[in-house]
Amino acid sequence: MIHYAWIIALVPLASALLIFLFGKRLPGGGAIIGVVALAAGLVMSLAVLGTFVLHGDARPVSGSVEWFTIGPLQLRAGQFIDGLAAVMLVVVTFVSFCVHLYSVGYMKDDVRYTWFFVVIGVFTAAMLNVVIANNIFQLLVGWEVMGVCSYLLIGHWYEDKVNSNAAIKAFITTRTGDVFFLFGIFTLVTAMTTGGAPATANTNIQAINLAAATGHIPHGWLIAAALLLFGGVVGKSAQFPLYVWLPDAMAGPTPVSALIHAATMVAAGVYFMGRMFPVFLGAGSGVLQFIAIIAGITMLVAALLAMIQDDIKKVLAYSTISQLGYMVAGLSMGTAGFTPGLFQLFTHAFFKALLFLGAGSVIHSVHSNNMSEMGGLRKSMPVTFWTFLIGAAALSGIPPFAGFWSKDEIISTAFKEGHYVLWAVALVTAVITAFYMMRAVLLTFFGEYRGHGHPHESPVTMTVPLVLLAVPSATLGLVGAPQLNAVFADWVHVGELAHEPFEYGFAAVSLVGAGIGLLLGYRVYNRWRTPDPLRALGPAYSLLEHKYYLDDFYMHDIIRPIQYPIARGVDWFNTHVLDGVVNGVAALTRGLGKVVDVFDRRGIDGAVNTVGETAGFTGGLLKYLQSGNVQRYAVFLFAGVAILAFIFTRV
Amino acid sequence: MIRLPMVLFFSALLFSAGIYGVLARRNAVLILMSIELMLNAVNVNLVAFSQSLHQLTGQVFALFVIAVAAAEVGIGLAIVILIYRNRESINVDEINLLKW
Repeated sequence: MIHYAWIIALVPLASALLIFLFGKRLPGGGAIIGVVALAAGLVMSLAVLGTFVLHGDARPVSGSVEWFTIGPLQLRAGQFIDGLAAVMLVVVTFVSFCVHLYSVGYMKDDVRYTWFFVVIGVFTAAMLNVVIANNIFQLLVGWEVMGVCSYLLIGHWYEDKVNSNAAIKAFITTRTGDVFFLFGIFTLVTAMTTGGAPATANTNIQAINLAAATGHIPHGWLIAAALLLFGGVVGKSAQFPLYVWLPDAMAGPTPVSALIHAATMVAAGVYFMGRMFPVFLGAGSGVLQFIAIIAGITMLVAALLAMIQDDIKKVLAYSTISQLGYMVAGLSMGTAGFTPGLFQLFTHAFFKALLFLGAGSVIHSVHSNNMSEMGGLRKSMPVTFWTFLIGAAALSGIPPFAGFWSKDEIISTAFKEGHYVLWAVALVTAVITAFYMMRAVLLTFFGEYRGHGHPHESPVTMTVPLVLLAVPSATLGLVGAPQLNAVFADWVHVGELAHEPFEYGFAAVSLVGAGIGLLLGYRVYNRWRTPDPLRALGPAYSLLEHKYYLDDFYMHDIIRPIQYPIARGVDWFNTHVLDGVVNGVAALTRGLGKVVDVFDRRGIDGAVNTVGETAGFTGGLLKYLQSGNVQRYAVFLFAGVAILAFIFTRV
Repeated sequence: MIRLPMVLFFSALLFSAGIYGVLARRNAVLILMSIELMLNAVNVNLVAFSQSLHQLTGQVFALFVIAVAAAEVGIGLAIVILIYRNRESINVDEINLLKW
């Protein structure tokens, strides 16, 4: 199976195509095709991962086919499946399967139901392509297609101006990072080409990694490449200062938020860092420290913002940014942080998807995103409540749920590697995380119901995915638990495999941090208070309310100054140059038209008419011979005979 | 014995008289009769050459011409009668409907 892992990426693409072509004519809008395709993809992914589960030291499998040749580059597209890719395949197909199933219920009666399934199918295929890619340009294709799908899905309900604005914002913000990303790729490929690597190796991810690890790429080039590539990661994985698109991306349907803006696409940046880890490692500690600073800022500012949100999806969105900060922080610690960072990526995908789908279930029921209109849903929505609780516990870092193991690993590694500031920030963020999750759970599920209408449990297609996701959210942390041999490290590691012993001291610190957060959350929000008690923070609250004025800064100091001169310039160009060209072409066309018209009338019509008139004129003359007088005919006859006789007798 | 050129001269005379009749006469019956003159001029020629060359072919051909002439006159007169019935006239100058 592992040799054919590329099929996994093609299955959702094929199903998307089928749905696109025939979906509207099929009962159920073709959704069933997507669900079945993802189920098949999940089974195949599990088979691939099975290889690594059975043989912890299984070798990576790669294969490729000729793609195209351009200049000195021979691009080969293919797959590279190691433990990391196998794990990601399972994560993506599993979450995507759950989201497909969930969407059958959630998106019921949607105006663009079939289209929705087409796009999430294409999205899944693109993400899987990023996962298996062994060529950096192949990865880029998936990376960009994901961006487009994200844009389409955020703006799924584009009739509402707010949604289409959010889609544009997300697209342009991530694109800002992607420009850096593209130049990072150029830098790497240029370095490879000038370094004299074979034509087929220049764009091969593993070859680049090898060259970076063995010092075949000059250090300066590596630093530039790593920083530029990290720019792409900042955009895609919503790091400070480009995270602003992700909360707005919550304008999309909730299953999309779960799939794209929590579990997979935003994880692509982190996955990419893991995939090209030698490049970042080779760039040296300065670059890694820079990444660590960004990650630290990201996790803390996002967690603080999550505290004050009223929209349940925004709480989860900021929480996602914060958790992505953890992952990047893990990777920024070098070799020791590689496994913890990616382990966080692995566990986070499950419980964040679970939380989003749970939130979606709540929203579906109360028809509002605002927690101020929820409350007391524990009784009316038991399945949603219990699964959401598992997700919240996992996110808050309560053992034995998944999030505890990964987060604790990152925090303890930070301390052990001597990144004390990062350790402190991560610990504070953990406290805040527990706090805002406690707040979200209390405001949503406890107390009195404050909304309108009658909340009810969601249909079975929505609750089944919740349960499906709750199981790994609760248990999958154990694959990284040192007490159980930390098998995750067998699958995903760099360099020599080293099993860290479980440090009860660090775990206790993390746990106390989470406990403090939960306790504080409970003290503040144990009963409904209005206005929000956090308003007591005064100016700090106001700062958070305005999202650190970051959006305003972008709007006033970056977008406007660029936008208006560009708009004016474009307007001038449009009226003077483009219109001039268009008018000129039009005038030219009219002139030519007149010439052609004259030629048509005088030339062609003239010829035709002349032929006709000549025939008519000749006929008009000759008709007088046809006098009807038989004797005159006889005269012609005898005259003819006489002439002929004369001619023949002369010869 | 009558010499051949004499006969041919007679026949040419007869034929010319026929042509004159066909071209100059206005009466349809007279035109038909002129045609008979032309045919018989031919017959005279045929018989004369037959005699002179000692071959019977010309005389046989003359018999055929006589038969055809009889048929032709029969049809021609029938047409003339019908025209007369319709138009009370057999003047060919007036029978000129088939024209432009």
